[in-house]
Amino acid sequence: METLQIAEKIKERFPEEVLDVKEFRGQVSATLKKDRILEICRYLHDEPELYFDYLIDVCGVDCLGKKEKRFEVVYHLYSIKHRHAIRLKAEVEEKDASIDSVMPVWVGVNWHERECFDMYGIIFKGHPDLRRILLPEDWEGYPLRKDYPVMGPEKEWSGFLTVLDKAKRFREFEWHE
Amino acid sequence: MEDIEKPFETRELTINLGPQHPATHGVLRLVLNLDGETVVKCTPYVGYLHRGVEKLGENRTYFAALPLSDRLDYISSMNNNVGYVNAVEKLFGIEAPERAKFIRTIVAEMSRLSSHIIWLGTHVLDIGATTPFLHAMAQRERLLDLFEMLCGARLTVSYPRVGGVRNDISQEFLDKLYEFILEFPDRMDDYETLVTENRIWKDRTVGVGVISAEEAVNWGLTGGTLRGSGVDYDVRKYAPYDAYDKVEFDIPIGKNGDCYDRYVVRVEEMRQANRIIKQCIEKLPAGPVMADSPKFTLPSKDMVLKDMEHLIHQFILITKGPTVPEGEVYMGTEVPKGELGFYFISDGTGRPYRMRVRAPSFIHASVLPRLSEGGLVADVIANIGTIDIVLGECDR
Repeated sequence: METLQIAEKIKERFPEEVLDVKEFRGQVSATLKKDRILEICRYLHDEPELYFDYLIDVCGVDCLGKKEKRFEVVYHLYSIKHRHAIRLKAEVEEKDASIDSVMPVWVGVNWHERECFDMYGIIFKGHPDLRRILLPEDWEGYPLRKDYPVMGPEKEWSGFLTVLDKAKRFREFEWHE
Repeated sequence: MEDIEKPFETRELTINLGPQHPATHGVLRLVLNLDGETVVKCTPYVGYLHRGVEKLGENRTYFAALPLSDRLDYISSMNNNVGYVNAVEKLFGIEAPERAKFIRTIVAEMSRLSSHIIWLGTHVLDIGATTPFLHAMAQRERLLDLFEMLCGARLTVSYPRVGGVRNDISQEFLDKLYEFILEFPDRMDDYETLVTENRIWKDRTVGVGVISAEEAVNWGLTGGTLRGSGVDYDVRKYAPYDAYDKVEFDIPIGKNGDCYDRYVVRVEEMRQANRIIKQCIEKLPAGPVMADSPKFTLPSKDMVLKDMEHLIHQFILITKGPTVPEGEVYMGTEVPKGELGFYFISDGTGRPYRMRVRAPSFIHASVLPRLSEGGLVADVIANIGTIDIVLGECDR
């Protein structure tokens, strides 16, 4: 099926939810409201004509100062059977940075959503194990947000300070007979 | 044994596998809850190699972020470069010339061979066979020498460029490569004699870490890990890039989705890679190796040294970056580990607004608990080897 037709089908089924459909370089992305994302994903997965069985990727985007709602969660879907793809973008505001987890549909999204939480602080409701994944548990701040400095925060991470302290103590250690 | 009325009192044991463990292929840490020899629960911890590649990429121009992709999957950096430049070219709306496409296909398949050789060597080494490792590494050395001949670097190559490749390949290189290609199938036969029908190897891998086709797709597995379960999804066939639509090759698939099938698939993939390189060398067209679109590609070095206009042109492209149309592009390529995707959002400046790396190793590491739970501790090692992860790519 043509990708634009898929977007039309989503629009037909969920007329209230689709905000915008864009095409660039042959790839179609549909911007959605976040409230019924799980329902839309389940529809895309279960409908035999669409059958998006393979979720390529989920990632967050920080649109600081560019859009009214600060965050976007981007889903790349692909159907191995029909060989078509679509990109879904769900808008998430900063005040209530949360969205439903799509883990009931694709179980492999587990770590993608954890990473998105790790990097942007977006909470995935219904996720069974939402912890930081790439960064340490006690890390402060969300690194991929646009207001996070590239060189890292001024305050060093507590775990690193412990290592430095240990190294210093070992350097000063003197052998006694 | 009948004398014992009460069985031994047993309790669950928690052990830590990694991050410093030779069988984890990097810095992967697994916390295993064991009941005797059986794994009850397996929790992977990743992130020890996190360098913030995505954040760094957002703060560099499209040209300057290319070397970052080398450092993802550091044993097949050529494939990562090819994936990166293909995604950027799609965003720019340019196309590399035919000769460059063929060269990229050749080097990508060479890199696939060298990566699979490492996988074969270490995977069988983990399970107990030392000999194939030593022999396989010797062949990899030859491939790395060829890379050195081509671009001066062995591992972090950065050879493909946006719009083509860095330099043309020499006849000497082609001759040496062709010699290697003719010889390699015999070497493969040697390894297969040692492993494929080996009784111990089969005992350790058949029926271990089984995952069905449907489940594998639902988990988002790609590459050899998915094809071992019997799904013929391969980006090179489904959405051909570079010269893959101009060469003939087969996609080997497994049946049972266990460690053994994944092994058979990858070994066959090496033979197919060999076949692709051979065809590419034979069909290699003549012509330029860099696209002629001055807005997006760097001028050649000798022109920069001779001519003022070209110098200015290079200076502006390097410092400001090209002016890119606003939009977003996702492009997946088949790397030895699976599907490596780059997702760019452009806001019209010379730097990507968002650069996302879809790393296959990240997903494959997440499936470890599913494969390992309920099995034996020794099978965890087989499972780590069979999903073929590189932690540099997993942690980005």
